[in-house]
Amino acid sequence: MSSLLSVRDLKVGFGPRPESNEVVHGVSFDLAPGETLAIVGESGSGKSVTSMAVNRLIDFGGGRITSGSTAFTRADGSTIDLARAEERQLEGIRGREIGMIFQEPMTSLNPVLSIGTQIEEVFRIQFAMSGAEAKTAAREALERVRIPDAARRLTYAPHQLSGGMLQRVMIAIALASNPRLLIADEPTTALDVTIQAQIMGLLSEMKRETGTGMIFITHDIGLVAGFADRVMVMQQGEVVEQGMLDAVLDNPQHDYTKHLLNAVPHFSDGRSVRHDMQRDEGSRKVLEVEDLTVRFPVRAGLLKRQTGNVHAVEGVGFDLMQGETLGIVGESGSGKSTTARAILDLVRPTKGRIRAEGLAGAVSDKPVQMVFQNPNASLNPRLTVKQLLAEPLIAVRRRIDAEAVSRMEMLLDRVGLPADSLARYPHEFSGGQRQRLCIARALMLNPSILVLDEAVSALDVSVQAKVLDLLIDLQNEFGLAYLFVTHDMAVVERIAHRIAVVYAGQIVEIGPTSEVLANPRHDYTRQLIKAVPSLDRRHSDYGIDLTEIPSLVRPMGWEPDAPRYESAGEGHLVRAGA
Amino acid sequence: MSLFRDLLRHPSGRIGLIIVLVFLLAAIAGKAGLSPFDPLAQDRLARLQAPSASHLFGTDMFGRDVLSRLMVGVAQSFIVSFFSVAVATLAGTVLGLTAAWYGGLWDGIVMRLMDVLLAFPAILLALLIIAIMGPSGWTSILAIAIVYTPIFTRVVRGPALSLKRRDFVDAARSFGSSRRYIMSRHLALNLVAPLTVQITLALAWALITEAGLSFLGLGTQPPQASLGLMLADARNLMEMAPWLLLVPAVALSFAVLGFNLLGDALRDLLDPKTRRALA
Amino acid sequence: MPYPLKRLLAFPLVMFGVSVFVFIAIRLVPGDAITAMLGTESGLLTPAQREALTAYFGLDQNIFVQFWRWLSGVVQGDFGISTTYGQPVLRVIFDHFSLTLELAVLSMLLSLVIGLPAGIYAATHKDRPGDLAVRVVAMLGQSTPGFVVGLLLIFSLSVFFGVLPQMGSFVPFWQDPLGNLSQMILPALTLGTAFAAAVIRVSRSAMLDILSEDYVRTARSKGLSRRRVIWRHALPNALIPLVTLSGVEFGYLLGGAVLVEQIFALPGLGRVVLDAIQQRDYALVQGTILFIAFNFMVVNLLVDLAYAALDPRIRFETK
Repeated sequence: MSSLLSVRDLKVGFGPRPESNEVVHGVSFDLAPGETLAIVGESGSGKSVTSMAVNRLIDFGGGRITSGSTAFTRADGSTIDLARAEERQLEGIRGREIGMIFQEPMTSLNPVLSIGTQIEEVFRIQFAMSGAEAKTAAREALERVRIPDAARRLTYAPHQLSGGMLQRVMIAIALASNPRLLIADEPTTALDVTIQAQIMGLLSEMKRETGTGMIFITHDIGLVAGFADRVMVMQQGEVVEQGMLDAVLDNPQHDYTKHLLNAVPHFSDGRSVRHDMQRDEGSRKVLEVEDLTVRFPVRAGLLKRQTGNVHAVEGVGFDLMQGETLGIVGESGSGKSTTARAILDLVRPTKGRIRAEGLAGAVSDKPVQMVFQNPNASLNPRLTVKQLLAEPLIAVRRRIDAEAVSRMEMLLDRVGLPADSLARYPHEFSGGQRQRLCIARALMLNPSILVLDEAVSALDVSVQAKVLDLLIDLQNEFGLAYLFVTHDMAVVERIAHRIAVVYAGQIVEIGPTSEVLANPRHDYTRQLIKAVPSLDRRHSDYGIDLTEIPSLVRPMGWEPDAPRYESAGEGHLVRAGA
Repeated sequence: MSLFRDLLRHPSGRIGLIIVLVFLLAAIAGKAGLSPFDPLAQDRLARLQAPSASHLFGTDMFGRDVLSRLMVGVAQSFIVSFFSVAVATLAGTVLGLTAAWYGGLWDGIVMRLMDVLLAFPAILLALLIIAIMGPSGWTSILAIAIVYTPIFTRVVRGPALSLKRRDFVDAARSFGSSRRYIMSRHLALNLVAPLTVQITLALAWALITEAGLSFLGLGTQPPQASLGLMLADARNLMEMAPWLLLVPAVALSFAVLGFNLLGDALRDLLDPKTRRALA
Repeated sequence: MPYPLKRLLAFPLVMFGVSVFVFIAIRLVPGDAITAMLGTESGLLTPAQREALTAYFGLDQNIFVQFWRWLSGVVQGDFGISTTYGQPVLRVIFDHFSLTLELAVLSMLLSLVIGLPAGIYAATHKDRPGDLAVRVVAMLGQSTPGFVVGLLLIFSLSVFFGVLPQMGSFVPFWQDPLGNLSQMILPALTLGTAFAAAVIRVSRSAMLDILSEDYVRTARSKGLSRRRVIWRHALPNALIPLVTLSGVEFGYLLGGAVLVEQIFALPGLGRVVLDAIQQRDYALVQGTILFIAFNFMVVNLLVDLAYAALDPRIRFETK
């Protein structure tokens, strides 16, 4: 077998003394032409550093290859050790023989240059094309990644396109020169799940078409199940396991691989749902939402007259029992977060009714509390843990007495934080610990309902699993009801008793988790489930579906028809006619 | 005081801190009457003497000791700078914070007013105010304060607006915390860092402005000493008595340098973006 | 609404505010308005003359009527009569403004020509000796007040070369370009020092920020050379904060001209302002300051437009 890339004992360090600050400790792997290698790991595993060491972009990020070799077979059959190549040689290889796409499409394109200029550049630099020739080539490159109306889109500035579109532009750039190797560094992590499916579909098609070899970096082992030929698992700068995809998935050897496969939430079409709560006569309703509608005015013109509304949330209704979790699932712009925020009165509903009840027998000033997505942002960095935990109490004018402090200590202990945390500041904790802190804070007033807005989305996958377990324990212990807002189907499958799927501001399907996930009735739910990566879908491809979410902006006075729902089984409702 | 320790470890922070402290000590000593000579005492027999053991920085055309005048001059410059920046900080913080929080009409009024003030080049605005009120040290304070108020208003309003949208403010609102609590706890506390940096840098500018106004004869009035006045006096004597020019010129530049270095170091240490880069 | 249009619409509003401010400011001068208008010469008036003047200028009418009359005068170019020059204020302004404008533009050009390459050099050689040297120079330039630079320049010239810059009279550029430039170069340097230092610092730090942006990484992944990454991808982005800086600094240059013209004895508008204040020639103070503010605002408007040209995000966004 001829090898495209052969990496041997690669070590990478950072800073002025890279030897003593090493983050990749001797990685070796091979890649055959046309083969796809997935590098899987969590943050800090060194997976991105490894990939960027291959085309030596790491040089510009303050990193240096301290030892090892990366032998790359060029198009003309010669072999070059990229680890020792001159910058001038590398410039001829990057973009021509090695293309790369990155995690954040929104920031990966130059904001002041048009899309066209940035694509043309590859043809100008790498193929010495000029003017009209480069322009035509750029248009063809855009058409190749299925961007409609390519000629006009070439003149667009990056901020005029959506994240999914931009990632397709990035793919167009990376594949412009039909490179022999494509490095994709978490190319779909910042995107919605249906967009992710589009991009994955596009990448597999491109792979077939061009026969490019690929290194695909991801934290989600499920994502590459239907995509990669081989898998390499990294942890803390070391390769802990590598092998053929099937071998690694079916018969993992290393504990960490087993952990990633088993402990981490993976989507399984509604087979691993909770059964610890059943609605019955005795269930106590703690939250009832009826016809919730939130519209934001759209203003235009010189006098900023209101010309219409963004119908962010439209006629949403559901209820929630004590001890129950309702998962609200949707993609960005679906109105799921706005729904959550409306319940907390963080945005004012245009109409609708929200009724929340406290725990039976408990004194609760604010029965609904919220945990936000990003624990770093939701904890004021200049306050101590004690001051942070005191905040809900101060808000309802309670004194911070010995009883309050002992409740703080109890809750810290309950969420698994050390007892001496009270005097410390948020930055002294890890991301997962900070989210535990946020949960403790939300429980200070003994609420009956927790609204969890993407509460585990910012965490590493193995930390996610632990926080989910904690949430389940707390729910059972305190009889809490959760409103769990998320885009992540694998997570919601693990924690929700019931699921509401929202699309374009409306609930399209609601029902018991196992029912909705295993037996989806609405087109959008089906599409969403089809897009979710899972370990089962090995070697099954993502299709390319390029539908875009409809605009939510409507003219003044526009009123939607009242939603009609059809029953699809016990407690399972599907929106009709839409 | 971990910030203080960090400053001492930061290369330019250390130098800046030392410079500022030296000038501060000299100024205090000057104000306390600890200068080697009476800064106002004229000595016709000792006019325009070059630096010597008895007059370290020489004497001026009235035979006054330059070092002593420098000490009280620095004190005068510092007093004007400190007071003007203090007033500007206070006014700017209140205006910026309330504008950001209440938004709407109040925000519009405040910011348009600041736009009007910013439409004047800084020194000209100061000159206009001095033209109205007549030159004096106090007028300088007021003039410089008015010039810097819009800058502080913007420095506060910008971050306050973005803080207002931060999750921890939403979290506080979700508990039902009062506006006043959120403003004082979450906004003001997080504005301390950018304000500290801005205050330090504004002090540097204020020193320059004060000296410039005095140099033009529109700030501190003789026979009081100030750096700008000393420079103005030296203009026609610079060839005959270069120390008269060089001493206040170097002193002024160093004082400004000290605050600039300190401000840069504080920015490095307090701005989370650079903080991460340093770590 | 597109950003540039928004700025264009705000312009007359702020200009109006500026006029109100200046109008009120002059009314605040201790003593009555005749004194304010005529300055020291008002002392020579008899009570009857004073009354006649009061009626003539409409000072017996209410403040709004007065403001309206004054403003409509200003709009038609009637800023009143300068008592020190015995000429219409606008005439005095036009006689002296070209020098100040040339000074400001020249020092701005000098600063950009020196500062931008230095800043880019420092950013691309971060933490190496060259960067350190540039940073020290910038720090010193930022810390030395312009008029001190001017004094030191004059001092060094006279001590080391025994020459003094030509002062007092002024040779317009169109009469003798070389003579004009040789006369203006020192004042321009003096005025430009602080701005050059600011240009260095802003371009350096902007460049550093940009070089660590994702899109620069993308550019490199396309195989672009170091040069092309810097000039084609980083520079256009670095120019955005520089344009902002230039707008703000133009005001400082116009203001700083007061000191520089004083030191080099140049008969520019800054000198006129200063004399007007010292002579209590209030009509002239009012007129010149309003005029300079107007120019400063026009420059800032141009900056906003340049901004939109440089940054498509602003061109299309409403905010």
